[in-house]
Amino acid sequence: MSQSVQSMIAASRNKKSKKIIEKLVPIALFLAAALSVLTTFGIVFTLIFETFEFFTRISITDYIFGTEWLPFSGKEPLYGVLPLILGTFKVTFIAILVAVPFGLGAAIYLSEYASDKTRRIVKPILEILAGVPTIVYGFFALTFITPALQEIIPSLKIFNALSPGIVVGIMILPMIASMSEDAMSSVPNSIREGALGLGSTKFEVAIKVVLPAALSGIVASVVLAVSRAIGETMIVSLAGGSTPTFEFGFTDSIQTMTAYIVQVSTGDAGYGTTIYYSIYAVGFTLFIFTLAMNLLAQYISKRFREEY
Amino acid sequence: MIQIAEQKTPKIVVNNAKSKAVSNSKKEFVFQTKNFDLWYGEHHALKNLNIDIAENEVTAVIGPSGCGKSTYVKALNRMVELVPTVRTTGEINYRGRNIFGTNYEVEELRTKVGMVFQKPNPFPKSIYDNIAYGPRIHGIKNKKILDEIVEKSLQGAAIWDDVKDRLHQNAYSLSGGQQQRICIARCLAIEPDVILMDEPTSALDPISTLKVEELVQELKEQYSIIIVTHNMQQAARISDKTAFFLNGEIVEFDQTDKIFSNPTDRRTEDYISGRFG
Repeated sequence: MSQSVQSMIAASRNKKSKKIIEKLVPIALFLAAALSVLTTFGIVFTLIFETFEFFTRISITDYIFGTEWLPFSGKEPLYGVLPLILGTFKVTFIAILVAVPFGLGAAIYLSEYASDKTRRIVKPILEILAGVPTIVYGFFALTFITPALQEIIPSLKIFNALSPGIVVGIMILPMIASMSEDAMSSVPNSIREGALGLGSTKFEVAIKVVLPAALSGIVASVVLAVSRAIGETMIVSLAGGSTPTFEFGFTDSIQTMTAYIVQVSTGDAGYGTTIYYSIYAVGFTLFIFTLAMNLLAQYISKRFREEY
Repeated sequence: MIQIAEQKTPKIVVNNAKSKAVSNSKKEFVFQTKNFDLWYGEHHALKNLNIDIAENEVTAVIGPSGCGKSTYVKALNRMVELVPTVRTTGEINYRGRNIFGTNYEVEELRTKVGMVFQKPNPFPKSIYDNIAYGPRIHGIKNKKILDEIVEKSLQGAAIWDDVKDRLHQNAYSLSGGQQQRICIARCLAIEPDVILMDEPTSALDPISTLKVEELVQELKEQYSIIIVTHNMQQAARISDKTAFFLNGEIVEFDQTDKIFSNPTDRRTEDYISGRFG
């Protein structure tokens, strides 16, 4: 070796290209991060802008408190959003009824009862369920769940709230199961041992110690799952129908906010018509609901985080 | 003197069967271990143990790392069974009944044989709920009775004065030493017969350690205490009898005075004089 290692290091350090890369890298990375933030702002801005245009034509109180959504009635279209919101809530309600008990049950089983081997096999399978395209779920609802339910409830219409509700529930179940299982697994074993040492049964440890300790993570998973259920589109478009009604049954055809947007987008509403602007107003309404849910989830996981 | 001591730290009222035994000079055995072997998978962790542990005494279990002292103590409340590959032969009799017998319910055993762990492990709940947890799961719902149990247990663990004004704060807001005494109080709340302590002071500072040691001295009047420690001074300070474990065997088990001043076995002498370990 003719040169000392230190002199080689010094030569390498003085290279210009290295210094330039070091300066450029943070800028490039910042741009990558900025892109998603800018896109979000762009979407929100478009939504607000077009929604504002909509409300110059339709009174905001008629929109918020109206119980009839009849945009296609030629003479006197009505834009009361409540039927669409109700349709969305019906589906979400049933989805929660399906997903929370089964998702939590699966989480408790995987975290507290299953052997390591079982968990390693079952959890990835559960997560595959989350990766099934929603259009497949939609067909599953329409061609399998609905006919099956009609055997039990003869009055059930071909398009209804029940069947897509159940399938949306199945769709968000892995999310609740997987995130809740993460929250429960991160409760330290020493705490379980403390409870077992007092003569608790396994079930008591799971329900009275682990579940409360993981509550923030569990609630956050449920809120995020609800947010996904509210925004779910394909399943409700295929199996829910396109009849916005302000009735509280689950057997008749409904229309959700998302399904309405699909209906108009795929139809031939002309640019600049009131119907065209209405999808932005509905989209903005939807955005407010999902945003509120996401903020709630963040608040809950921060506020109720257990220290251990 | 005794009265003054009692005023300072009121004791939890325990079952009369035991207080009778205290006044009686003849002590009964809480645990009798006969030809007990334990394996973790292929690893033979405890080898043919025979040891009788008397009630209302502090029994220290000492030995170098990996000698099986913690394993033995965890076998006494069957916590060792949490390791899936564990296998045992022989008997450990708790008050005359083999705890590894087929119809011995582990939950029942653990209400009689409480445990304090190496690292303080309070539940992420309020101090009150930590103490009330045990009584609650065993069916005590009455608020007034629970209040009483909580106060008595916290006094029993000499931490009532520290926490009485903040019973509804999270237990994790306390210092490590205080947390460990909360864990002791949590254990006292179900009025066990035996308290197992697995290196209870190894995560604590010297002052907290001293407090726990003093507490052990007070508790032994009503409880039988078996304490694992890697600190030989601690064993000498607080225990009545000491068992020295080495490589899964009991080398020597005798009065603590004798173990530390005049051990019978050469290996015991080497260990306590610091030649190995």
